[in-house]
Amino acid sequence: MRLLPMRLPSRSKLSLVAAAFCALAAVDAQAQATGPIKVGFMLPYTGTYASLGNMIESGFKLYVQEQGGKLGGREIQYFKVDDESEPSKATDNVNKLIKRDQVDVLVGTVHSGVALAMAKAAKDSNTLLIVPNAGADAITGPMCGPNILRSSFSNWQPGYSTGVVAAQKGYKRAMTITWNYAAGSETVKGFTEAFEKGGGKVMKDLNLPFPNVEFQALLTEIAAQKPDVVFAFFAGGGAVKFVKDYAAAGLNKSIPLFGSGFLTDGTLEAQGAAAQGLFTTLHYADNLDTPRNNAFRKSFALTYKAQADVYAVQGYDAAQMLVAGVNAVKGDLSKRDALTAAMHKVTVDSPRGKFTISAAGNPVQDMYLRQATGNNNEFRGVAVKALADPARGCKL
Amino acid sequence: MLKQQGWIVPVVGALALLALPAVLTPYTQELVVKIAIYAVFALSLELLVGVTGLVSLGHAAFLGIGAYVTVLAAGDSGGSIPRVAALAVLAAAAYGVFVGALSLRTKGVYFIMVTLAFAQMAYFVFHDTKIAGGSDGLFLYAKPSLGALNLDDKQHLYFTVMVTLIATYALLALLMRSRFGHALAGIRVNEQRMRAAGFATFGYKLAAFVIAAALAGLAGFLLAVKDGAVNPELLSWHESGAVLLMLILGGIGSLRGAVIGAIAFTLLKELFQLDALLGPLAAHWQLTLGFTIIGFVALLPKGLIGLRARLAGVGARAGAQHG
Amino acid sequence: MDLPIFLVQCLNAVQYGLLLFLVASGLTLIFGIMGVINLAHGSFYMIGAYLAFVLAPYFGEWYLTKLLVGVALSAVFGFVLEWLFFSFLYQREHLQQVLMTYALILVFEEARSLLVGNDVHGVVTPEWLAGGFQLGGLMSYPWYRVFASVACVLIALGLYFVVNRTRLGMMIRAGASNRDMARGLGLDIKLLYRIVFAGGVALAALAGMIAAPLSSVYPGMGGSVLIICFVVVVIGGIGSITGALIASLLVGFVDTFGKVFFAEYSGVGVYLLMAVVLVWRPEGLMKRAY
Repeated sequence: MRLLPMRLPSRSKLSLVAAAFCALAAVDAQAQATGPIKVGFMLPYTGTYASLGNMIESGFKLYVQEQGGKLGGREIQYFKVDDESEPSKATDNVNKLIKRDQVDVLVGTVHSGVALAMAKAAKDSNTLLIVPNAGADAITGPMCGPNILRSSFSNWQPGYSTGVVAAQKGYKRAMTITWNYAAGSETVKGFTEAFEKGGGKVMKDLNLPFPNVEFQALLTEIAAQKPDVVFAFFAGGGAVKFVKDYAAAGLNKSIPLFGSGFLTDGTLEAQGAAAQGLFTTLHYADNLDTPRNNAFRKSFALTYKAQADVYAVQGYDAAQMLVAGVNAVKGDLSKRDALTAAMHKVTVDSPRGKFTISAAGNPVQDMYLRQATGNNNEFRGVAVKALADPARGCKL
Repeated sequence: MLKQQGWIVPVVGALALLALPAVLTPYTQELVVKIAIYAVFALSLELLVGVTGLVSLGHAAFLGIGAYVTVLAAGDSGGSIPRVAALAVLAAAAYGVFVGALSLRTKGVYFIMVTLAFAQMAYFVFHDTKIAGGSDGLFLYAKPSLGALNLDDKQHLYFTVMVTLIATYALLALLMRSRFGHALAGIRVNEQRMRAAGFATFGYKLAAFVIAAALAGLAGFLLAVKDGAVNPELLSWHESGAVLLMLILGGIGSLRGAVIGAIAFTLLKELFQLDALLGPLAAHWQLTLGFTIIGFVALLPKGLIGLRARLAGVGARAGAQHG
Repeated sequence: MDLPIFLVQCLNAVQYGLLLFLVASGLTLIFGIMGVINLAHGSFYMIGAYLAFVLAPYFGEWYLTKLLVGVALSAVFGFVLEWLFFSFLYQREHLQQVLMTYALILVFEEARSLLVGNDVHGVVTPEWLAGGFQLGGLMSYPWYRVFASVACVLIALGLYFVVNRTRLGMMIRAGASNRDMARGLGLDIKLLYRIVFAGGVALAALAGMIAAPLSSVYPGMGGSVLIICFVVVVIGGIGSITGALIASLLVGFVDTFGKVFFAEYSGVGVYLLMAVVLVWRPEGLMKRAY
């Protein structure tokens, strides 16, 4: 076989190793600064959630711009890392922001699995973290902390409010279907809790691995069991396919389909006729006719030449929360306790409506019922008022 | 037969590793720990591929199982290091017995495909079922400790990992010099002849397989403790492919090659992802990595260790012309 | 589970199995005849699927034409790829083949990322295949899935015909059983291998094109198909097309009914099947038999 006698490592190998270390050390050295506040975005800039990542960042920067471009009188330095929505790379990625770039505030992310890793790293290093989307219950549950806040929702919230609506409509037997990951199972749990409290029973939970979209066998199973209603949680491309497949299998004619808002958010155009009449609940509706929302949507459209969506609102509100905190301590981030206390006490004047923050760091907000009409999710009423996530497992 | 290489370089290397924390920044120190853990992982595969000649494309399964069992066994309090590590190693070894017994019934390409398939099976158990967090993985809330040794402390972790690496290296070096190791080498060269000589080759191969699995499980334990998080992707075939790459980068057939390969591969990945160096290509580092691998395998099949001999060979030829 | 539902699930199983067979037959052909283990085979499936997505706007309703164009493009691609890259792998040992083709996967995935991006895309079924027919009270079975199954069966028959009843097939079988002898008898082995490789690529790509409307196109779709294909080839026996057919159908049934009865563990079922076969017949069900 190929075995070679070797007494000393070759020079070429050693110099390669040395060069590599030098390169890394050089990057390391950059990460020291005083003066500007360092905000680190860890968002999906590529991949299936890329548009969400961009919307969040745009919303955040819009608010900062409206405040004059400074936080508490200090300049801002932005850092960005693309998390690719990959939980397996999350720890490495967040460490780049925390340890290499040494940011003061972490903002991210979309995917719940990645956000969990971020929350853990933020907890370990006591970095301030604002989550502008990921709904993982654990972030304001067992992993909660005074330095971890969320400007979006917990997976439980839209699931619960849809369950309330479904039970109110008198359905008794339900089946759920979703991907086998945190966002899916937690949303379904919320639905089940409300639905069964309202007198119904969830017969069977169907799921398939993320991001698989071969629903055929499971749709057949739904047809076999004949429930009164089906609750589905999917997002993005999966949501489009599911709604279309559900209609293609003829099930939408006999078994009503309910979903968390993400089933129809941003996907109505692709879903077309298959989605018409679908009921969903979410903490936002595009055509919410309030002065605040109208002003926000106009400002966003003028700045970015695009229509705002729920993700832009969440990014915008993340900035609101941060500014409230930084202003309260007049830019002195070392006064961490006062900073986080102020952020928890603020009433955010959001385009979605005013909301407060729970002790665990999650928004306490109204959940709206929407129905898919044409290309919009039209506001149909308030499903649940001021819904607070139960924050199970949070020791705050 | 595997040439016995000098012990000076490994000993110097070991001492240097232990002294490094004095000069490293926290970020680089973590990087060195990561490299060391992957070196243990690569060494474990070296036993299979380099010594016994069994190309396994599913070795990451044992790494992943070790990591997951660590998190599950540590529970809320962290547990004691010997207990948690032992469970991780045993779980990996147990799966190694199952996979080894079945896959060693096949040869050559079949073996490669079957090991890959069994790794995928383990991947699905962790990815699809409710045993452990699904595709989001699990988190380690408290790290194991033993008396004053607490793996939550960065320095303690560093030294534990380095000691494990050195011990693994030494263990494998001893193994290779033993009768068992020589038998494995013989099986690699000509199994038929070994069987004719009276060796129960299946048993030897299975033993090597299980030991390799156990050591990979140990690497998994260290990885789980270092990252505080485990994810099904640890068992993916990309991870299995990566560790094979480390071996071929460094040079198959020597323990040193495994360690060098681990260092080279991890650093290459870091370098290829640096915006400063590669600009827009940094996001597509897998492309650069892919081409690098193809180049390496095509031009340097003996790995980095073979580079010196190659250059020496070129030099000697040039020298001969002049001399 | 009542009878109509059971029949529908059987249909689902067969349809999945047949699609798998298309991909696996290419893999087993390439391996059986050229002895090259090709990890990038799943990437060809992915390339086919993305081709279906990319070509869709140009062909609109001309679905069959699009398929033919796609097959032609992939065959040419396979031909060139063999010439530039794979022909060098025949002499190399398995480990190097594994690594080089693994690197090829990385290259293909990144190329896909650069050219088409990382989003998940749906591919619309053509109008004339849309809709379905009523099965049982509640469900309608999509026509497109029937089309997919029928197409796979026709292609399988075509494959059988080519391999067993034509000169080309005879040359393939000759080259497979004894490469040097065949060359000694005047066969242009290099060209033959190139054709076989192109054929394998085309088969996988075609499977991807047909599957695209059913499974959407997304990054990583090649990887999942590849490993299942390996399982099929191991169960069926390397080099055997009949074995690949039987194994694919087995896998289809285990997977589909597994999803219904065992939900979480359905992913594991296929590998358990492989384990059972390994215990019973380590070289596969049908070894090398055409």
